[in-house]
Amino acid sequence: MARKISFKQAINEALDLEMRRDPTVILLGEDIVGGAGGKGEEDAWGGVLGVTKGLHAKYPGRLLDTPLSESAYIGAAIGAACCGMRPVAELMFLDFMGVCFDQILNQAAKFNYMFGGKARTPVTIRAMVGAGFRAAAQHSQMLTPLFTHIPGLKVVCPSNAYDAKGLLIQSIRDNDPVIFCEHKNLYGHEVDVPAEAYALPFGEANIVRDGRDVTIVTYGLMVHRAVEAAAVLAKQGIEAEVIDLRTLSPIDWDTVIESVETTGRLVVVDEAHPRCSLATDVAAYVAQHAFGALKAAPQMVTAPHTPVPFSPVLEDLYLPTADVIATAVSRITAREKLVA
Amino acid sequence: MSNNPFPLEKPDLLKAYRTMRTIREFEERLHIEFARGDIPGFVHLYAGEEACAAGVMMHLTDIDRIASTHRGHGHCIAKGVDVHEMMAEIYGKATGACRGKGGSMHIADLSKGMMGANGILGAGAPLICGAGLAAKFRGDGGVGVTFFGDGASNQGTVLESMNLAAIWKLPVLFVVENNGYAEATSVNYATAIDSFIDRATGFGLPAMAVDGTDFFAVYEAAGELIRRAREGGGPALLECRMVRFFGHFEGDAQTYKAKGENDFNRANRDCLNLFAERVLEVGIVSTEEIEAIDRELLLLIEASVTAAKAAPLPAPRDLTADVYVSY
Repeated sequence: MARKISFKQAINEALDLEMRRDPTVILLGEDIVGGAGGKGEEDAWGGVLGVTKGLHAKYPGRLLDTPLSESAYIGAAIGAACCGMRPVAELMFLDFMGVCFDQILNQAAKFNYMFGGKARTPVTIRAMVGAGFRAAAQHSQMLTPLFTHIPGLKVVCPSNAYDAKGLLIQSIRDNDPVIFCEHKNLYGHEVDVPAEAYALPFGEANIVRDGRDVTIVTYGLMVHRAVEAAAVLAKQGIEAEVIDLRTLSPIDWDTVIESVETTGRLVVVDEAHPRCSLATDVAAYVAQHAFGALKAAPQMVTAPHTPVPFSPVLEDLYLPTADVIATAVSRITAREKLVA
Repeated sequence: MSNNPFPLEKPDLLKAYRTMRTIREFEERLHIEFARGDIPGFVHLYAGEEACAAGVMMHLTDIDRIASTHRGHGHCIAKGVDVHEMMAEIYGKATGACRGKGGSMHIADLSKGMMGANGILGAGAPLICGAGLAAKFRGDGGVGVTFFGDGASNQGTVLESMNLAAIWKLPVLFVVENNGYAEATSVNYATAIDSFIDRATGFGLPAMAVDGTDFFAVYEAAGELIRRAREGGGPALLECRMVRFFGHFEGDAQTYKAKGENDFNRANRDCLNLFAERVLEVGIVSTEEIEAIDRELLLLIEASVTAAKAAPLPAPRDLTADVYVSY
């Protein structure tokens, strides 16, 4: 039975259902219970934004508040995964990856390959990503390209509660290490979500909106901006197809290529920085594999090559908007529309 | 056996000697083979340090996990990883423990509880906390042991892990293999304490420091700390003060060592000789028995080298295999 719940509730529900189903699922992270060892409530927070609230009471002993030692507890989650557990570790902000990157880059990602296909590391690392929260340079980054670059990691970045629940369940059941990116500005966003457990397969993009004139490829928060832009463009007679990648590694090239072969135009929207990003990746792939179908140069809409600024006026400039996306689309559709 | 002053019965004494001799023979042979240029990459040899691996691993079974270092051959052998598969791995062959894709620094055999040698210093400490955590959830009495050198003892991962293991009371043992050198840098320069016991104390961990060339000292200390961890007493640290007969890696000219240091260590601090002298002196083991093991292992290592050299190379398709379980 579907009912409207938020992205944040969907994450909580996925964790709840998987913990109920599988006793090897444990949760580790800073303040995921919150209040451990203090004089007040033990379950004071349920995560810094309350995402894991209530789970401690349901599964006592299976949520582990950690010291502020990201290397140790992310590594411990990885080590436990190698020993038969299915840990879900919460790295509060993906930006904190800087202090524990070795355990992801050189350990979890490489075990299966380096050990001749004999290792299993079913660990999920959840982390908040993205700008727009007035959280400045060290709590706002969209670092997805760092992880898509690394063989052995899977990278997920859902845009809505329905996908978040299904993809998190798949992440937990998956036998490879998964970096699960949760956009903090989507936590309150609500859509219809079934109450029961369901897993969405990795590597299957979602066509959010059909269109014949241009393909907009994006993920995460930017899906919503792209849909906004598409609505504006429709009023001008330009029909944009919006593709939500949902998972960035693996990535659904087939859906992207099929769409571009129909529309002949590509705009990639990525909240990450412009260099060596999903934007460049998708643009390059399309240029190589669908060059003949292209009627115009692929366009990239990204955050600038700057850290995320604090001042709201600057941060609003930093994040791609629907206007900026619509302008990019117009650049490659305008002339033909005039001729038509 | 009434006349046995040792904490082990004769079969276990022979087992300990066999483990140490296997490691020694393996490493001495690699030293020769590497110089011939037949082995790709680089290797870090454990010769001189055997008593530590053997003394600790005598207390472990396959349900117990270890996380090793870049100098991992000794840990692998003592934990029961197949010597033929190890040799083939070091030669980069398809029959290797990791099908030729790991090499010397990444030999692992999870079925034996060996979670991998590791090219990143100190990286095993967080991983072994996870192994300890898993053992605690399973409730099977398993323990985790992580080895790291005096050099890696200064990694944040090790320090964070000692704290994590302490607060969660994990069944974990931190073994500092203090051979005096972090690559070329002396422990006296890089570490501002005289004993790693002080560091353990700072994290609320019980600790012992022993002569790591004395198998029996390692065996007894490790036994006490592992038993404690297994019974739910929590983590501890063991410092083994030992010597490294070779350089940091093969080809290292070792000019940072004192003149004659290696010769002195080989003459006076060889854990195998020290062990043999003691068991022979009491008469619990005979010279013939020791020599028989020596001959047998010489043949085993010879056979492993011959087999490794003759073994098939990985196929081109192996390049892209096993990046993911499924993708």
